[in-house]
Amino acid sequence: MTAISQPAGQSFNRTLSGLVGLAAIVGCGVAGYFLFPDNLALLTRIVAVALLVLSLDLVTGYCGIATLGHAALFGAGAYGAGIAAAHFGVVSPLAMTGIGLAAGAVAGLISGVVLLRAHGLAQLVLSIAVVHLFHEAANKASGWTGGSDGLSGISPDPLLGLFEFDLWGRTVYVYAVVLLVIVFVLLRFVVHSPFGMLCRGIREDKVRVHAMGASVHGAQLRMFVISGAVAGVGGALNAISTQVVGLDSLSFTLSAEALVMLVLGGVGSLYGALIGTVAFMWFEDVVSAANPFHWLTMVGVLLIAVVLFAPRGLYGSAAALLTRGSGRR
Amino acid sequence: MSTVFEVTRLRKNFGGLTVTDDVSLSMATSDRLALIGPNGAGKTTFVNLVTGNLAPTSGTVTLAGADITRLNAMQRVRRGLVRSFQVTRLFQEMTPEEHVALAVLQREGRTGRLFGDFRRMPRVMEEVRDILGTLGLDGLATRKVSEIAYGQQRLLEIALALALRPRVLLLDEPAAGVPQSDTGRIERALEMLPPDLAVLMIEHDMELVFRFARRVIVLAAGKVIFDGLPDDVVKDARVREAYLGSYAQ
Ligand SMILES: Nc1ncnc2c1ncn2[C@@H]1O[C@H](COP(=O)(O)OP(=O)(O)O)[C@@H](O)[C@H]1O
Ligand SMILES: [Mg+2]
Repeated sequence: MTAISQPAGQSFNRTLSGLVGLAAIVGCGVAGYFLFPDNLALLTRIVAVALLVLSLDLVTGYCGIATLGHAALFGAGAYGAGIAAAHFGVVSPLAMTGIGLAAGAVAGLISGVVLLRAHGLAQLVLSIAVVHLFHEAANKASGWTGGSDGLSGISPDPLLGLFEFDLWGRTVYVYAVVLLVIVFVLLRFVVHSPFGMLCRGIREDKVRVHAMGASVHGAQLRMFVISGAVAGVGGALNAISTQVVGLDSLSFTLSAEALVMLVLGGVGSLYGALIGTVAFMWFEDVVSAANPFHWLTMVGVLLIAVVLFAPRGLYGSAAALLTRGSGRR
Repeated sequence: MSTVFEVTRLRKNFGGLTVTDDVSLSMATSDRLALIGPNGAGKTTFVNLVTGNLAPTSGTVTLAGADITRLNAMQRVRRGLVRSFQVTRLFQEMTPEEHVALAVLQREGRTGRLFGDFRRMPRVMEEVRDILGTLGLDGLATRKVSEIAYGQQRLLEIALALALRPRVLLLDEPAAGVPQSDTGRIERALEMLPPDLAVLMIEHDMELVFRFARRVIVLAAGKVIFDGLPDDVVKDARVREAYLGSYAQ
């Protein structure tokens, strides 16, 4: 019987750790609401970017594809939701989110088709090209996107017809946290599913995966689409909360920052993605207020310190320390 | 016994160098065939050609009557042609249990599922435990591969192959790199392979070859120089010459 109870126990532990993580996210969300009532716009922005970083983690952390163009997926979601609202009068926040999700998924498919044609360094260069192309396309199609002035005229209806988007950003913050919780729960299922396991295998050894009769390319492309949907929700959330969409939402800079946040928190874990985003954006906010001239230098120093002293990122290193500690008992 | 696997005049040139020189062989169900030959004879290359990891210059490969020469590595596995690797290729961050579960799920076409933990799939878990138990790996089921001994990793390679339920199994030096004291476990694992499976094994340890194989093929410089019974191979003049030649180098 022990042989049977052991794996079931593992599965139980995983459920437990998932619930603890979920409680932590909800707890932080509630705490943020009451502790920083004047900063809800920043907190909402953090959630939107966290969705981008989670999305990046799916392809980089779980499939092993490094990309510096992931904001293309986020921007597609933001423009999708923004254009639907500004040009087609789709102003229901849920519909805007759905459109952002779909636009992100399509952008993920396009990115995936292009990036998966190359490997290694060539793939990284292609990813930069992709985000520049998306950026240029949005810039040129200024009739639709507002070009470099940004897309304005987005005024979402009350959420569910009940909750107005207020000036303090309370409604949109609650909506953001709810979205994050839903996405997090779904992604936990995905990364622990047979498909998630296949992707982890692909990250480690593609030849072995082929030798098991599984399609590497098909799985990676599928993960790109899922990832695009997640980033697209983040983009739509950003459009709903700020009511403008700028070209910076599909910039190389945002792509690179997302990768930095992921590395900071820890690649290949959903918690790492969340912690990296919060740490980076909080640090950026504090330091840029304290010293507007040298904050970038400090961000650089922080990153170097993490890479040198905690190479698995904040979460990854802490988790490794904990398991080593409990292993010694 | 019927022919399940046939290779006809398979050839591979690397530039000017012919590494596989018109090799032909056929295997029947239940075959236990050893492919031997000096280092650099082209044994691994032969396996790579047959499994679709390398494209042949010419020749054909048939599995269960169907020409699979144009299929890629993945498609050949799905049709039942499975291999192991001379140097283990496993997922270092994953557990033996996850490896075997992944293979079982893949065989059943279920690795696309986005929901559900295999640990909660009773049938999958039963098979995983069964396979790991047969190979004596049940105690290590939830350890990371990077933490288990190399000999056990070799057993896990065999476990993976079994979980795919192949028709033809190609084992590339299954005992390579394993300390002498542990080769017994690998040999027992080989004895437990399903009787109707056709197995081709590349191996250097001649004692293992004699105990395992009912037929031996000797490859030298890319050519088949012997195909016959184990008892006859040591008496064969060309085989002796090939081995002596390689040792004299
Ligand atoms: N990709 C390659 N390019 C050129 N020569 C190769 C390549 N792969 C293998 N060879 C050569 O083919 C010969 C056979 O190699 P291999 O099949 O690994 O031999 P074995 O497994 O019998 O020891 C060797 O001489 C090796 O150098
Ligand atoms: Mg070899």
